[in-house]
Amino acid sequence: MLKDMMPHFDLYQPDTLEAALDLAARLGEDGWLVGGGQDSFDWLKNRTRRTSAVIDLSGIAALRGVRVRDAGIEIGALTTLTEIEDDAVIRSRYSLLASAAGRVASPQIRNAGTLGGNLCQDTRCWYYRGGVDCYRAGGNMCYADTPEGQNREHAIFNASRCVAVTPSDTANALVALDAQMVIAGRSGERVVPAAAFFVGPDIDIRRMTVIEPGEILTAVRIPATWSGAQFHFEKVADRTTWDFALVSVAAAFRMEGEVIRDARIVCGAVACVPWRVTAVERALVGATRNAATADKVAQLATGGARALNFNQFKLPLMENLIRRAIRGA
Amino acid sequence: MSDLTVDAAAEARRLSRREFIKRVIASGAVASSASFVMGGLAGCAPARRQVSGAVERLVSINVNGQLRRVDVLPQETLAMTLRYKLGLTGTKLGCDRAECGACTVMIDGTTYYACSTLTHGVRGRKVVTVEGLRGPDGELHPVQQAFVDELGPQCGFCTPGQVVAAVALLQKNPKPSREEARHAMSGNLCRCGAYDNYLNAIMRAAGNLTEIHHGA
Ligand SMILES: Cc1cc2nc3c(=O)[nH]c(=O)nc-3n(C[C@H](O)[C@H](O)[C@H](O)COP(=O)(O)OP(=O)(O)OC[C@H]3O[C@@H](n4cnc5c(N)ncnc54)[C@H](O)[C@@H]3O)c2cc1C
Ligand code: SF4
Ligand code: FES
Ligand code: FES
Repeated sequence: MLKDMMPHFDLYQPDTLEAALDLAARLGEDGWLVGGGQDSFDWLKNRTRRTSAVIDLSGIAALRGVRVRDAGIEIGALTTLTEIEDDAVIRSRYSLLASAAGRVASPQIRNAGTLGGNLCQDTRCWYYRGGVDCYRAGGNMCYADTPEGQNREHAIFNASRCVAVTPSDTANALVALDAQMVIAGRSGERVVPAAAFFVGPDIDIRRMTVIEPGEILTAVRIPATWSGAQFHFEKVADRTTWDFALVSVAAAFRMEGEVIRDARIVCGAVACVPWRVTAVERALVGATRNAATADKVAQLATGGARALNFNQFKLPLMENLIRRAIRGA
Repeated sequence: MSDLTVDAAAEARRLSRREFIKRVIASGAVASSASFVMGGLAGCAPARRQVSGAVERLVSINVNGQLRRVDVLPQETLAMTLRYKLGLTGTKLGCDRAECGACTVMIDGTTYYACSTLTHGVRGRKVVTVEGLRGPDGELHPVQQAFVDELGPQCGFCTPGQVVAAVALLQKNPKPSREEARHAMSGNLCRCGAYDNYLNAIMRAAGNLTEIHHGA
């Protein structure tokens, strides 16, 4: 691995959102946004991507911190994962997100990594990361979905030429919490539901989110709907630190006594986007949150799944994680 | 041979190799090792035109309580600046990819991977490296002493990063449990597998002697 300086880029360090948006508009695709840089620098160091300019957003104080808003909360996109893990309001009302943030990478990466960067990071398919000319990189084949392809980490749902999966741990929690993404551009702001923010290869194989060049994710809003609900987050990876999920589950249950009134079950690393398991969610409404219910509905999770050569294990793993989520582990 | 290299060779005979290299780098003199590292870097053409609004290259950064004036490329990481421009080679580069922790430093009391931090991002903040932990008379920091007492390091390559991570932990949580310490230290890899010794050392430094586990 190369251990030298990254290739040259011009560095901009705006301290207001307006200045950052001006730069982003002026530089367009040449202006690489950086929050904590923990995903970006790997691309640049490995020379698999180049950029002539970097816009470092970390000095924009207004994009940082957690605020109570409309009975829900708003989290600035530049808030670090450690700040989210430690935030008293998030821990007491939306602990699902604190748990997910606390399972990202390593302590040092969480200290630097931002929520925006975690949500906008690119996929970890190693063929793509290694710089091959696969579909996602603009070429005309997928190296992972071949008889010899190393696809143990890849998708079991919703593949369309590309079988890469979402790498983000916080994304699944935010989809489960019905979060809203606030996206700013020079011409104004748009608000997109978390579930519509992430883009699968069937819609656009070259990108992971709806963010356009020139736009910046400024905040994530979490409505009051799931405040104080019962939560379960679990992530299975080869190592407990520094490792992306093989499968993870983010689950939320709104209860009426013993009975589940509404549920969200979202799995990570099974599709290119956070994967809502709606068949299980529907079956849970009106059921009791216990082991019997878990055993009955968990198998609905993998209907329609298509395993690749080396990831059949993801089907039972996903069912078991959902079973544990419903029982409360 | 230029005068500089002759002088440098004579100087090198007087000093240990390590001391010599450190001094040369710190003084900014263009001697072989420094120019190899800095001069041979791909893509960092000198004297590039500055586009309006982009960062100034000459900056002051606060490292170990001293304000250090240094010429920093826009794309330069803190690990590069510390090691190759400020002569602070205690900060190691293991992977250069945020995957090992050898480069761990504190910035305003929080740990970061210096290999994955832009130097221009630490202006106005306080950087502490392993060199900044020693006492006024050069004595070891209590955490360093505990690492020695518990036979922490084997090859020692990961040790500066481990020490910095441990000091940061104890500043935030002076009496961690062994489990809390394990969690806080989980971003520092040790290829020699000296994890238990390091945890013992942290328990010793925290005065939590009942949590020291010796023997298999
Ligand atoms: C060794 C290692 C292990 C990792 N393990 C995990 C893991 O287990 N789970 C996990 O979820 N992640 C993991 N990561 C991925 C990632 O580094 C972190 O998730 C981190 O949160 C990324 O945040 P950042 O701010 O540093 O990202 P950056 O590198 O700054 O940004 C990432 C991407 O998002 C874009 N971006 C950043 N901010 C914005 C914004 N406000 N608006 C629009 N676009 C933006 C950038 O342009 C870039 O393309 C790992 C990374 C490494 C190196
Ligand atoms: S899975 Fe997607 S990113 Fe990976 S090689 Fe195939 S097309 Fe490329
Ligand atoms: S050198 Fe920075 S984490 Fe390995
Ligand atoms: S002591 Fe050798 S790597 Fe830790």
